[in-house]
Amino acid sequence: MMAISLDHYLIVGALLFTIGGVGIFLNRRNVIVILMSIELMLLAVNINLIAFSRFLEDLTGQVFALFVLTVAAAEASIGLAILVTYFRNHGNIYVDEMDMMKG
Amino acid sequence: MIGFFAPDFKLIIPELILLVTSLLLLIGGALYKSGNPDLPRRFSQYAIVALLIALVVLVLQYKPTEKWITFEGLILQDDFVYFAKILILAGTAAVLAVSIPVLSKENITSYEHSILILLATVGMMLMVESNDFMALFIGLEMQGLCLYVLAGLNRDRLLSSEAALKYFVLGALATCLYLYGASLIYGFSGSTNFEVLGDVIRIQSNEGLGIGLLVGIVFIVAALAFKVSAVPFHMWTPDVYQGCSTPITAFIAAAPKVAGMIVFLRLMMSPFLLLYGEWQELIFFLSFASMVVGAFAALRQNDLKRLLAYSAIGQMGYILLGLAAGNDEGIQAVFVYLTIYLIMIIGTFGCLLCLRGKGYEGVQYIEDLSGISTLHPKIAFALAIFMFSMAGIPPLAGFFAKFYVFKAAISAGLFGLAIAGVLTSVVASYYYLKIVKVMYFDRVPEIPTPSYGQILTLSPELKIVLNFFAIVILFFFVFPNPLLEMAQLAALAILS
Repeated sequence: MMAISLDHYLIVGALLFTIGGVGIFLNRRNVIVILMSIELMLLAVNINLIAFSRFLEDLTGQVFALFVLTVAAAEASIGLAILVTYFRNHGNIYVDEMDMMKG
Repeated sequence: MIGFFAPDFKLIIPELILLVTSLLLLIGGALYKSGNPDLPRRFSQYAIVALLIALVVLVLQYKPTEKWITFEGLILQDDFVYFAKILILAGTAAVLAVSIPVLSKENITSYEHSILILLATVGMMLMVESNDFMALFIGLEMQGLCLYVLAGLNRDRLLSSEAALKYFVLGALATCLYLYGASLIYGFSGSTNFEVLGDVIRIQSNEGLGIGLLVGIVFIVAALAFKVSAVPFHMWTPDVYQGCSTPITAFIAAAPKVAGMIVFLRLMMSPFLLLYGEWQELIFFLSFASMVVGAFAALRQNDLKRLLAYSAIGQMGYILLGLAAGNDEGIQAVFVYLTIYLIMIIGTFGCLLCLRGKGYEGVQYIEDLSGISTLHPKIAFALAIFMFSMAGIPPLAGFFAKFYVFKAAISAGLFGLAIAGVLTSVVASYYYLKIVKVMYFDRVPEIPTPSYGQILTLSPELKIVLNFFAIVILFFFVFPNPLLEMAQLAALAILS
């Protein structure tokens, strides 16, 4: 049986990060999907941090991961609050229709 | 344990003053009946007082060339951080002062406005004094989250909430980039502390650096470029500037840009200095692209705030030119430029804020300023000074800012970039001078548009700030030494 090495964790993290990034730019429909993509990217960062922490045998990475989790919650709540005010003013949350300002 | 904590808290009293004030204001706001139109104005005044007290405490605590590291290596203070904090505190207080008379006219009726600004200021101070990727992350987020909410404070305006949403999505993306970069740097160096990181890089650079560390630095540079709105991470700037209420745009344009650039400078010149060869090309590209986009994209803008957004992008390009130089002259040039930029941008927004249409609408388009010089000669003169200074016309401060940056770039051998900077600043002077031309040589329209600035809203605070800033910009060439000495001390502190 193959042992799971640091590289495997890093590849999973990089894949999740890329999926999240692609999700932000290719998604033309719903802003909620963008918020989900952002969460995915933050989780990818956490996987990286925890894996490094485990393989370096250093606790800093886990503390950092806890900070990231906490701030991610605050960020999600503020993002949803802004989304609600946008929905009340605009009536829908399609990314395509977010074009009041251009140039 | 008391003995362990006591000295630490003494050193962050300015931040604690701002935190406690914001909490007190929050309680005060909850006790008042909602919808009191006078509340935002009065709270802004309290916030200014708190900022000034924090500034005084900071200055009183200062000991020249002293350096201390506290909170287990998370927070650092030296001359560089000290001067950066002065810029942030004074800049925020000045922005609040110029926005006081127009808060109710811009539909800012919620008292949270000044509280969010105070909390964002604490975030910015944490950013500049952080000595660790974790502390920097908390500072960045504290500032960023407050700014997203501020951008969307005008809840009933579609433009405002659209701007807030765009700002939030792109800001969160930048946070993710920053965190990914920080995680890679942590993994490949074993520490998040800037000083340990500097040592690790010094040891590793002899036997070849790991690619992971370099990739991490690229991610961090991208995230910071977003914070200072350098091209190609500038997409949010014009929309946010245009969509927010003008007092909030003034705040977003002033101190956060300075804080972002200071962090940029600290990271590149302190832990990553030995990797100069690697990151210089990145900064080179960011600087060149920002200068070009800032000069050319602003030419076809008609909206004043959009124009100022592109102008800010261009100015960031010039500041990055000083960073690309990567020597102590470059650091001094960046510092001088940041100070003068702060004064110019707050002055410009102050002039635009106090000009109002018949129904107290803010000026929106360049034409709304036509013939203003006959109606309000003083304000027109002040705005002309700031515009000439931004264009870099000689005796004014903006010229010296650009001059030092170009001088640093030439002494570092970046001739191509310096020439590009001079050429783009010629292009950019077209739109600055266009505003002056509209104010002085166009006729007052016979049927003014709704936002035509015919009414002047002034307050004592605004007059003090505008007069003082205009005098500083006009007579900088008489007494440049205090600022230059400050910049020199800061450069010494960061390179030691």
